[in-house]
Amino acid sequence: MIRDFTSNEFFAIVAGMQATIMLSLMAFFGGGLGGLAIALLRTAKLPWLRRTASIFIDFFQGTPLLMQLFLVYYGLPAFGYHVNIWVAAGLGLTLNASAFLGEIWRGGIQSVPRGQSEAATALGLGYMSRMRDVVLPQALRLSLAPTVGFLVQLIKGTSLAAVIGFVELSRSAQIVSSTTYKPLLAYGLAGACYFVLCFPLSRASAALERRLAARS
Amino acid sequence: MSSTSTAPNSTEQPLIVMGAVEKWFGTFQALRSVNLSVSKSEKIVLCGPSGSGKSTLIRCINHLESYQKGKIVVDGVSVTDNQKAIDVVRQEVGMVFQSFNLFPHMTVLQNCMLAPIRVRGSSKQEAEATARRYLDRVHIGNQADKYPAQLSGGQQQRVAIARALCMQPKVMLFDEPTSALDPEMVKEVLDTMIGLAQDGMTMICVTHEMGFARQVADRVIFMADGMILEEAPPETFFKSPNHPRAKQFLGEILAHH
Repeated sequence: MIRDFTSNEFFAIVAGMQATIMLSLMAFFGGGLGGLAIALLRTAKLPWLRRTASIFIDFFQGTPLLMQLFLVYYGLPAFGYHVNIWVAAGLGLTLNASAFLGEIWRGGIQSVPRGQSEAATALGLGYMSRMRDVVLPQALRLSLAPTVGFLVQLIKGTSLAAVIGFVELSRSAQIVSSTTYKPLLAYGLAGACYFVLCFPLSRASAALERRLAARS
Repeated sequence: MSSTSTAPNSTEQPLIVMGAVEKWFGTFQALRSVNLSVSKSEKIVLCGPSGSGKSTLIRCINHLESYQKGKIVVDGVSVTDNQKAIDVVRQEVGMVFQSFNLFPHMTVLQNCMLAPIRVRGSSKQEAEATARRYLDRVHIGNQADKYPAQLSGGQQQRVAIARALCMQPKVMLFDEPTSALDPEMVKEVLDTMIGLAQDGMTMICVTHEMGFARQVADRVIFMADGMILEEAPPETFFKSPNHPRAKQFLGEILAHH
C-alpha cells in the first residue's frame, strides 16, 4: 500500500534526525575521550606506547567505516556480547572517531613549541600538569578548526549506521521513501536536515581557522 | 633571596658540583669531561662560541638534558636518571630561557602561580601573594592581569624571571636571556639580573653581555668544543686571557661592542 506523504512522514524523518544528532554526540564525546588517549599515547616517551597507538590509528584510518561497523555489530556477539543497536553503532563510531581525533590532536600537541613543555619541566611540573595546564590547552586551541571539521564528517558518517539496522536520518528517509514512493521528497528532506546540521559547523570551522591564522 | 633560602648543608659545601660530565648527542660529543663547582651565592658567567656546549651544560644541571658519564650533584642531591631526584632538583633550580617560554594562554599572574600551586602545593592565596611580590620586584606588578602577548620582549623576560623566582629556587640558570631581545630592552633585563645577584642569588648565566660579566660575575668560564678551557675572575679573563681560543673569542666579541 502506498501511503501519502503527511506530517507523520515528516515527523518520522525529523525523529531520524534526532537519532542522528544523538549518535553523533555519543561518538563525538566517546571519540573525544578515546582520541585524547590516542593523542597522548602517540606523543608518549615510550616507543611501544607510540607504536600501539599507531597500529590503532592505521587500522581505523585504513579500513572503511562501513567495515568497522560490521565488525563491531557482528564481532561483539561472536565474543558473547549481545548489545543493542545503540551500543553497537555508538561503539563503532567512537572507535573510528578516536583514531581520527587522536591523529588531529597529536598534530596539535606537536605544534605546541617545545619550549613550552621545557619551561614547564624546568619549573618542576610533572607530566600530568604539564599536559593538562600547559600543552593541551594550547594544542586543543590549535586543533579546534580541524576538530569541528571532523565533527561534520562524523555526522555524515552516522548515515552508515543504517546498514546495521540503526534508524537514523538516512534510514528513516529510506523507510518513508519506500512507503510513500516519493523518494525525491523523502531524500530531499533528509538532505536538507543534514545540511542544516553540517553547514553551520563547516562555517564555524572555517571562521575558527581564519581567527587562528590572524592571531599568529 | 638569602633571607628566604634555608641552607640545610653547611655553607662550605658547594651548591652545584659537576664531575667529569660527558654528554653525547648521537655521535657528537657536546660535553667533554666538564668539572665545575659552584658555591652558594656565587655568580658564574659562561661564555664561548656558539655550539661550545654552554647551554647543554646548564641544561644538564636540571636534567633538561641527560648526560652519559660523570656526576652532577645539586644541593646534596645527585642528578641521575632517578625521576624522584630530578623532581627534587628541579624545584630548587630556576631557569630562564632565551625565548622566554611564558605560557601564552595564561595571564602573567597565572604564569607565576602555576608551579607553586602544582609543585609546592601552595594555596591560591599564598601563590598569588608570592607572585605579586616577585612581579613587583621585577617592576611589572601593574601588568599582572595581562597576557604575555600584550607585553614587550623585555617585560616578558622579566615575567619569566619572576615566574622562576616564585618557586624560591636556590640557583638560577640563565640561558642567553637577552639574546632574543631588541637592544633597547636588554638593559631592563640585565638590571633585573644584577638586582638578583646583589641579593645573593646563586646564578649561572650563559651570556655574551660582557659588561654584565664584568659587573656581576665572580668567575667567567670560557668553553669551546664542549670543554672548559679557561676559568678566571672577570678582570683577569678580560685583561689577559690565557687560552688562544679565549683570546680569539674575546677579540670577536669585543669588536662588536
